[in-house]
Amino acid sequence: MNKYTPTWMRVLKHVIIWIVIAFCLFPILWALSASFNPANTLVGQPLIPEEISLTNYETLFTSQQHPFTTWLFNSIKIALIASVSSVALTTLAAYPFSRFNFWGRRNGLFMILLVQVFPQMLAMVAIYLLFLNIQNVFPAIGINTHPAVIITYMGGAIGVNTWLMKGYMDTIPRSIEDAAYIDGASGFQIFYQIILPLSKPILGVIFVIQFIASYSEYVLARVLLNSTERLTLAVGLHLFVAEDYGGRWGVFSAAAILGAVPIIILFLLVQDHIVTGFLSGGGVKG
Amino acid sequence: MGSLDKLYLLKIALLAIFNALAVWSAIILFVQRNYPFLAVVVIGIIILNYVYLSAKRYAAKYIVPGTIFMVLLVVFPLFYTAYISFTNYGTGHILDKQQAINRIEAQYYRPEDPREFDFKAFKDEDMEDLKLLFIDQEDESLFLGIAGEIESVSRDDDRLIDSTGDGEIDEINGYQRLERGDIIQNVAVIEQMRFTYNDSQMRMRDLNSFALYRPSYEYDEERDVIVDLRTEEEYKPIEGRFTNEEGEYLSPGFRTFIGRENYQELITDPRVSRPFLRVFVWTFQWALLSVFTTFSLGLFMAILLNDKTLKLAKFYRVVLILPYAIPAFISVLIWRGMFNPTVGVINRILTSIGLSAVPWMHSTFWTRVALVLVNLWLGFPYMMLLALGALQSISGNLYEAATIDGASRWQQFRHITLPLVLVALGPLLIASFAFNFNNFNIIYLFNEGRPAIAGAQTPAGGTDILISYTYRLSFESGRGSDFGLAAAVTMVIFFITAVVTWFNFKFTGALEEVKENE
Repeated sequence: MNKYTPTWMRVLKHVIIWIVIAFCLFPILWALSASFNPANTLVGQPLIPEEISLTNYETLFTSQQHPFTTWLFNSIKIALIASVSSVALTTLAAYPFSRFNFWGRRNGLFMILLVQVFPQMLAMVAIYLLFLNIQNVFPAIGINTHPAVIITYMGGAIGVNTWLMKGYMDTIPRSIEDAAYIDGASGFQIFYQIILPLSKPILGVIFVIQFIASYSEYVLARVLLNSTERLTLAVGLHLFVAEDYGGRWGVFSAAAILGAVPIIILFLLVQDHIVTGFLSGGGVKG
Repeated sequence: MGSLDKLYLLKIALLAIFNALAVWSAIILFVQRNYPFLAVVVIGIIILNYVYLSAKRYAAKYIVPGTIFMVLLVVFPLFYTAYISFTNYGTGHILDKQQAINRIEAQYYRPEDPREFDFKAFKDEDMEDLKLLFIDQEDESLFLGIAGEIESVSRDDDRLIDSTGDGEIDEINGYQRLERGDIIQNVAVIEQMRFTYNDSQMRMRDLNSFALYRPSYEYDEERDVIVDLRTEEEYKPIEGRFTNEEGEYLSPGFRTFIGRENYQELITDPRVSRPFLRVFVWTFQWALLSVFTTFSLGLFMAILLNDKTLKLAKFYRVVLILPYAIPAFISVLIWRGMFNPTVGVINRILTSIGLSAVPWMHSTFWTRVALVLVNLWLGFPYMMLLALGALQSISGNLYEAATIDGASRWQQFRHITLPLVLVALGPLLIASFAFNFNNFNIIYLFNEGRPAIAGAQTPAGGTDILISYTYRLSFESGRGSDFGLAAAVTMVIFFITAVVTWFNFKFTGALEEVKENE
């Protein structure tokens, strides 16, 4: 139908798109500008700063009171460990659901489908009390420790990821395994040397989705962590800026830019896969 | 098969490490008399060892690790939440009954005419252990306090040594007497020392003396009451507190099963139910508005971009996706600054073009408007991506046929595009509804659910949705944590999520997918 589109409509199309683009870039540009503006305040901030400096970024790396780099490092560490372990656990769990016929298989699948419906954060009170109890036995994984947050994220992601992974494994033809089996490969060899390499694309997608979700998670980290130097970026940044928007705007913006860049790069690298992943998973952004 | 042997060794090694940790924790749990958790750990040890040492159980070997995490951190918390919703768990009711009784029985009072003792402290060479010598202020009789017990001693007991011969004891069993200055240094330790003397307790009164205290309360296990030993008054356990006939109660209270009281409070107590109802209604409005606005803009942009002759289409796509690529917690905090009512950019722009400043953050209505706008920014790219996918699957023949039949562009959109896209994306729209229904991050990070609802007894704000309301009930309430009520609200969310999901499963046939796995 595009053949019949008159010129004025084509122009209008671009105009509308540019208006929406302006809407998209509006907060990003203001934050970028603020991050380079040494005034470090929201009051009377111009879009184009009169003076450009890296003062705010310097503050990020030197502030004793607000350890941004520690927060960023904590977030990356927690997200990395949680997503790697989560991928390992879900790959193991998805394999028999895709390949074996065992007692309880259908009920197990049904349970996974059911469990992944309820967002884990709904049970924040119970999770908090659980780790309060664990603390009495294992203080090292109790309240206010990173292992507590990592374990929580690992557990929360298993349902939906196993479902995704099983769906992918189902599409790998069985004939390769049959051939390997005839050649004398053992059960674990088939998994490790055939299924695992063939599942690489979905492993990557699940890893990235999980990494972004863990990195962006707020409430469970907020509930489980409390000392300043152990916070994640999400919790630390909120506490930092909500206290004083007027006087901390520039430093906050610098932290926001630094904190967003790794995720944006990761996202753009795998966006096509992510969209397919989300599509089949039915999930929205975490 | 050498690699297999190595794998076997690795398996055994991992299992051994797990067993060592598990047995260790089982011992601690046993000592702490934490029998429910002990049972969980023991069952865990048995299952794990059985699965990995058995020659069969192939499937279980793969599934068990993930299952443990899922059960512990998703399934168990769900059931635990359900349980908490029927209890009074929260500030003032944190301990279990036995712990509360222990705390109450540890309360002492000073009788009107107490015996008082001067004391001398003695310390061993390593400065680790303390012994105390007490001198009754009335009759100057001596008592030795060692390891929590009092022992009467005579002045010529051979443990007491007066090496300087000035009449003062300088040494007990090699422990040296502390000077006054040293006593001050050790005051924190001495203050914690308790000695049992007959039915009373002896503890530090001031820097020079100890005194006898008597227990205030005693628990009568047979009748399940606490007796005030001074007045003989009885306190019965009522709704998690030991309460006397006048309705006065002892602190601390304990957690106990209170039936459906939390749910009843949500429905019948107007100070709780009115704000709850507001939060409840707004949660639905919010989720519907979120889906409607993001889907509308997303579909609109997708239609604009779904044009092979459009120049710059690829560039547009990348830029329009940007909001979706930024972690939501960051963009929401940025928007919060821009919407700041006094110094934010948005009000500055509004006033500079002659409009009046809008009370974002202070007025419930305008905060809600801002939230919907921010969420539109966050969410439309996702909808655009979905809609682009759906549009590409619609056959061009349909439009050609419609054009030949003389259908206008609007008619084509209304009768071809919209219904086909809706059918394709229906389940994802429902999922998006469920997601926004529980979108804690945007609501809480934008304005912590405020502005506050006037006259609400619970911490409910004008923009709070159910999930942020439960968070504030649990961790931010002015009257302390109310885990029980929060869990009850959570159960309401569970129920709604379950209903929404049931429709979604019907829609997508996900259940049939499970059945096909026969």
